[in-house]
Amino acid sequence: MNDPHLLSLTVNGAEEEVVVEPRRTLADVLRHDLRLTGTHVGCEHGVCGACTVLLDGAPVRACLVFAVQAEGADVRTVESLDAEGRLSDLQQAFSDHHGLQCGFCTPGFLMLAEGVLAESPDADREEIREALSANLCRCTGYQTIVDAVHATACARRSQEVPS
Amino acid sequence: MTATDLPTGTTASEPRFESRRGRWVGASIPRHEDPRLLTGRGRFVDDIALPGMLHAGFVRATVAHAHVTGIDLTATRAVEGVVAAYDARDLALGDIVALLDRPAEEFTPTAMPILAKDRIRFVGEPLAIVVARDPYAVEDGIEAAVVSYDVLDAVVDEQTALRGSALVHDEAPGNVLLDVSMFDTPGVDEAFEDADVAIEVTTHSGRQNALPLETRGVVASWDARDDQLLVQTCTQVPHQVRTLVARCLDVPERTVRVTVPDMGGGFGQKCVVGREEVAVAAVVQRLHRPVKWIEDRREALTAGFLAREQTYRTRAAFDADGHITALDVDVVCDMGAYSCYPFTAGIEPLMASAEMPSVYKVPAYRVRGRALTSNKAPTAPYRGVSRPQYVMAIERVMERAARELGLDPVEVRRRNVITEFPYTGVNAVTYDPGTYRESLDLAEATIREEGWFAERDRADREGDRHLGIGFCCFSERTGYGSEAFAKRKMTVVPGFDLSEIRMDTTGAVVVTSGTMNHGQSHETTFAQIVADRLGIDVDRVKLRQGDTERIAYGWGTFASRSVTIGGSAVALASERLGELLCRIAAHLLETRPENVALDGDGGVVQLDDPSRRLTYEEIADVAYLRSHLLPKDVEPTLTATASFDVPGDGTFSNATHAVVVEADAGTGAIRILRYVCVEDCGVVIHPQVVDGQCRGGIAQGIAGALFEEVTYDAHGEPSAASFIDYLVPTATEIPDVSISHLETPCAFTENGAKGAGEGGTIGAPAAVLNAVNDALRHTGVELDTTPIHPRTVLEALENTEGGL
Repeated sequence: MNDPHLLSLTVNGAEEEVVVEPRRTLADVLRHDLRLTGTHVGCEHGVCGACTVLLDGAPVRACLVFAVQAEGADVRTVESLDAEGRLSDLQQAFSDHHGLQCGFCTPGFLMLAEGVLAESPDADREEIREALSANLCRCTGYQTIVDAVHATACARRSQEVPS
Repeated sequence: MTATDLPTGTTASEPRFESRRGRWVGASIPRHEDPRLLTGRGRFVDDIALPGMLHAGFVRATVAHAHVTGIDLTATRAVEGVVAAYDARDLALGDIVALLDRPAEEFTPTAMPILAKDRIRFVGEPLAIVVARDPYAVEDGIEAAVVSYDVLDAVVDEQTALRGSALVHDEAPGNVLLDVSMFDTPGVDEAFEDADVAIEVTTHSGRQNALPLETRGVVASWDARDDQLLVQTCTQVPHQVRTLVARCLDVPERTVRVTVPDMGGGFGQKCVVGREEVAVAAVVQRLHRPVKWIEDRREALTAGFLAREQTYRTRAAFDADGHITALDVDVVCDMGAYSCYPFTAGIEPLMASAEMPSVYKVPAYRVRGRALTSNKAPTAPYRGVSRPQYVMAIERVMERAARELGLDPVEVRRRNVITEFPYTGVNAVTYDPGTYRESLDLAEATIREEGWFAERDRADREGDRHLGIGFCCFSERTGYGSEAFAKRKMTVVPGFDLSEIRMDTTGAVVVTSGTMNHGQSHETTFAQIVADRLGIDVDRVKLRQGDTERIAYGWGTFASRSVTIGGSAVALASERLGELLCRIAAHLLETRPENVALDGDGGVVQLDDPSRRLTYEEIADVAYLRSHLLPKDVEPTLTATASFDVPGDGTFSNATHAVVVEADAGTGAIRILRYVCVEDCGVVIHPQVVDGQCRGGIAQGIAGALFEEVTYDAHGEPSAASFIDYLVPTATEIPDVSISHLETPCAFTENGAKGAGEGGTIGAPAAVLNAVNDALRHTGVELDTTPIHPRTVLEALENTEGGL
């Protein structure tokens, strides 16, 4: 039952191979095998969302995904967002709006927000608030996280070239 | 003092404050912490991996109260991947003992063993530590442990505890760890005899978890070259961890180094020393291999330090005009199974007893405060520490008095609130100037101008909504110096903090502080303070905290003390470095020391000839690399140190919160329609950060008022052991909060700041509870317990006579 499997997946554009026990979570593979420690683990039962990553473009709880379930998948983590040290528009908005304090939940919120904005680029502030209620933050009271994601949504919309 | 609305996003080009404002202080500059935390480059304790690192976990008790009749780790040790397993007898460690210097009739000392030996006192208590090659094998090893118990009756509520038929600690009859009658001033009974109205209110707040999103954790390792344990742990109090690890292991403190990486919150839960931190250090001392322990969420919810469960039986006498004439309070705090280090189980009732009169002029005061022990996980001083509870008690008193006297509740507060400062209260505490009355007036005016009173009255007439408006006016002692803490009679007395500043050959500075950032933005705000004092760019300042090798001693971060005390120490050290730079510059410029000054732009200028100037780099070049040019009485290098302690009773921040709620007639759910906070934390170093502290604190206060409760069954089994049952509010439950700032600079902190970490959490429960009661005012039901359950509201609404 605990025989190791050879797992192949793409993480932040790089092809990776890892030997894992079937019970090993995707969160542990990302954090401890691939040393991408930006993804955090806050509850290990799928409620807090600190471990949110994009799996084939959709937000998932990496603590609830067995690594073997990600065979052949394309995974994106917080480490993929900035370009050579330059913050992305979403990351910059979090900083501008003070959308983070201790920063532990932040990677999960960033990846959740990327998923939400990709799926619902026209979301208004209340729709964004509803979507962000998937994750827990203990520091900010959420208002400035909603502000940051909403500001990013508005900025991205205004940059779109009208067809 | 002026009221100034500060929208978030205030930029460096829009400084808001006239007093003590520099180039940096008062500006919402980008946080120094943000780039690494936003890109995944932060380093939290579970991100640390060391070569050959093992993992640890704990065999924990499954019953609340028992004699342990056997611990068998044979099967555990046989599990594949398990390297070692130890129980209390194997490790033979000293206990954690936190003491008060009080007589036996007031305080009963108890000991918290690192691992339980013969007695279990709560579900989740650690019995043995299992060390294995990976965390999965640790779980297998824990599962294989066999523990047998002789189960005892569990003490899970106040009545059972006080009856004393079952004792959590045999040495504490009636399960009382502390019983102090701190005040019984003249005239209390007479005031009640003469009272026009006497109020009796029993308020109760449920047990809560401070709930940092990062659970507790530690990585310990052995440095064979230095003969030193390195304990990397997420704690608010690194030096207290070092002191206690050394004591429990019976080794010199030098052989223990504690460092703190990035921390995912603490809120007080991490300002006491955990037995797990000591146990992991002890295991590493034996194995000489790195060991990591990361608390899982179930452990955090059941066996981590908890908070809040308190009952206040309050009597208050009022005259016909609504002036309070006496206050008589019985405070009972359920502190759980053990006294926490260093604060002891006395912290909550002692603080409540000392500060219960709050922002009001109370002429006569009697109080008894008790700390009870029970078969529940022990408590730590969570953000606000008893103030959310005593403020809730006295704010309910104000509301009740208004109702009995037919007066407006804000008006009753207005007639009682302290308006002249400094004010020495019946509790012998001197309050420094604040804006108690002004914050109350502004909060009420805001709600009125927005039309909420009119809308509530319209809803009353038309009977289509259950709207309620609630207020809470309070102050918060933030700068507890050693003098204020000593009055509590702790044998370990926090108070001062230290700072050392070093300027390098490039003119950049590294400054240390004994405080401990865990989300409060110290790396930014302390840099602002230093940059202004030295006249350098804020990006030239790096803050170092959380390393017992770098900082001689410190008291960490709790009680909103960091910017008041730590920020003052940092400012003083900067001033001294400035003086040193001037002395060297005067010598090099061949002029008198009083003829030079910092020029505010990275240099020292000659006052009678401003064309003569030396940059910090030029001075540093001499101080380090050409020290033969230094004046004879100046030692090489550019360093300065300072300590700071707040004298007397400390300083008080204050605020008024105003809340509008709507009770849903169909579900009993409470929706917050409007939340207004008017606060005064003295000089604001970084407006956006203060707003963030307010909003985050308010969110936690709302959580306590409406959602979160750690519950147990009659046997002491925790029944909220996951986020399915422990209801943490999300973005859809927490409303937007608008914040206004009043500014009363503190006269005796270096920067005029008063501290802003806890206020939000203190004010929210009372404000929300008062608003809910206002929404229920036609039902004949008044609620005095938090969290407020929807079913309670629904029952009240369904019983409405003459309501909707």
